Amino acid sequence: MRAWKFGDDINTDVITPGRYTVTTDRKRLGEIAFIEYRPEFAKEVQEGDVIVAGNNFSPVAIKAAGISAVIAKSFARIFFRNSINIGLPLFVSEDADRIDDGDEVEIDFKTGEIRDKTKGIVLKVKPLPKFMEKIVEKGGLVNFLRSDGYDNV
Amino acid sequence: MASTITEKILANASHQKEVAPGDYAVADVSYVMAHDSTAPLAIESFYKITDKVFDKDRVIIVFDHFFPAPTVAGATMHQKSRKFVMDQKLSGFHTNGVCHQLLSEKYISPGDVLVGADSHSCTEGALGAFTTGLGSTDIGGAMATGKCWFRVPESLKFNLTGSTRKGVYAKDVILSIIGDVGAAGALYKACEFTGDYVKNATVASRLTLCNMAIEMGGKNGVIEADQKTLDFLDGRTGKIFRSDPDAAYEDEYEIEVKDIEPQVALPPVVDNVETVSAVEGKPIDQAFLGTCTNGRLEDIEVATRIVKGKKIARNVRFIVSPASEDIYFAAFENGYLRDLVEAGATICNPSCGACVGRHEGVLCEGEVCISSMNRNFSGRMGSPEAEIILASPATVAASALAGKIVDPRDYL
Repeated sequence: MRAWKFGDDINTDVITPGRYTVTTDRKRLGEIAFIEYRPEFAKEVQEGDVIVAGNNFSPVAIKAAGISAVIAKSFARIFFRNSINIGLPLFVSEDADRIDDGDEVEIDFKTGEIRDKTKGIVLKVKPLPKFMEKIVEKGGLVNFLRSDGYDNV
Repeated sequence: MASTITEKILANASHQKEVAPGDYAVADVSYVMAHDSTAPLAIESFYKITDKVFDKDRVIIVFDHFFPAPTVAGATMHQKSRKFVMDQKLSGFHTNGVCHQLLSEKYISPGDVLVGADSHSCTEGALGAFTTGLGSTDIGGAMATGKCWFRVPESLKFNLTGSTRKGVYAKDVILSIIGDVGAAGALYKACEFTGDYVKNATVASRLTLCNMAIEMGGKNGVIEADQKTLDFLDGRTGKIFRSDPDAAYEDEYEIEVKDIEPQVALPPVVDNVETVSAVEGKPIDQAFLGTCTNGRLEDIEVATRIVKGKKIARNVRFIVSPASEDIYFAAFENGYLRDLVEAGATICNPSCGACVGRHEGVLCEGEVCISSMNRNFSGRMGSPEAEIILASPATVAASALAGKIVDPRDYL
């Protein structure tokens, strides 16, 4: 999976500028992700790619675009909850900036190891607890509660 | 390991010996609340998961944001939520007060975990509980399962000491704190209020403090329960948790409340805090007393004391919404409502009233409102070109008399 690198304070307006977001259609949201900030993103992103960011990363269009995980130094609170609840895993790493744009990365969700294959380095992050891993695996809180539920994890 | 109240409540609710900040916990929730504005979306999420609530006595629906319905769209939302209440046979359905006040009066006990589909769900933490606001998907999930996942927050301690001077109230204290800490200064943190000022404060004033924890970004506000709390609970019991003396706080604030003057928060953000002297003399069009922040009996009492036997300024609307039916009755029986009406006030039904800008006192362009509520964002009470200035009930009432913003100490 390819790493897409962004800076600090990536907020909703950077990801999905207001005047493009008069839709709740997932496919369309995926097409407008970063439309002005990085116009090539929506065209070139591949299913499973990863976003690496700085501090205070906040926002759903990115999942629709095919992104499988976000690694950042910190996340805005509402984004954190919402992301897990829609099945987009997030990892907090102080070393997020060691990964560069275009690097080939691999994430082991169980051990919390992020392997940058381009650089040959491994970042260690706190793995998600079992139930959160399940929420992500099922594609979000609603699906998770409909199928497994907290009691069966 | 030494723990804070918040950590102890979350450990207890998630059946663990202890939890630490940064841990994830799945907690049993004592109550799940949604109001008329947020329930319809939560109900949609709920029905995607299951068709029966986890406990019909623990899912509470309150119509307070626009009750009685001022529009057809509002009535349609009420219809949807009411059907859910009937279909699920919920015992907790209320249309007679602001959700946080009703939950404090009738439901929450120390040690409880409350999730509410409203950002000011941090209010009820003043009773020694863990209470927080969540989005509709989370609330739908909690209605279905009685459980919710949390990241255990780091705690901030606000040690409030001394006594306020005459004319200075809990609202001034919390506004002053928000001015210092900033609108994002407590982002995601548990805000624990302690110290002799808090111990001596009434439960009503403690609710005011915790109500505004979210205005500095806090996840929850919390105050250790004591005898006053138990007296307020009127027979409900709970489990009292106390922070260990050596519990770890990310930050500790020492605040001498005697130094605090009457405060105002100027638009358009809550941390734009000044002393009332900064805007003294500014003409107002409306004065609003009520809400989950300051619509309690002590608030109505001080306002009544200020306006009784006098007349409010001719150019001002003075709107009063008691925060609950019990408060409405008490204000009625004490004669406050009559005194207020004789002074020129308009009394609205117990609800959020003008605070959410949908009815009962919306503002037009160019108008200025001094309000006892908790948010002064542009457009909250109607036109985005109107100004909302936050202050204590005393400052609101004194300003209603004067027709301009004044220092309440000259009116007490």
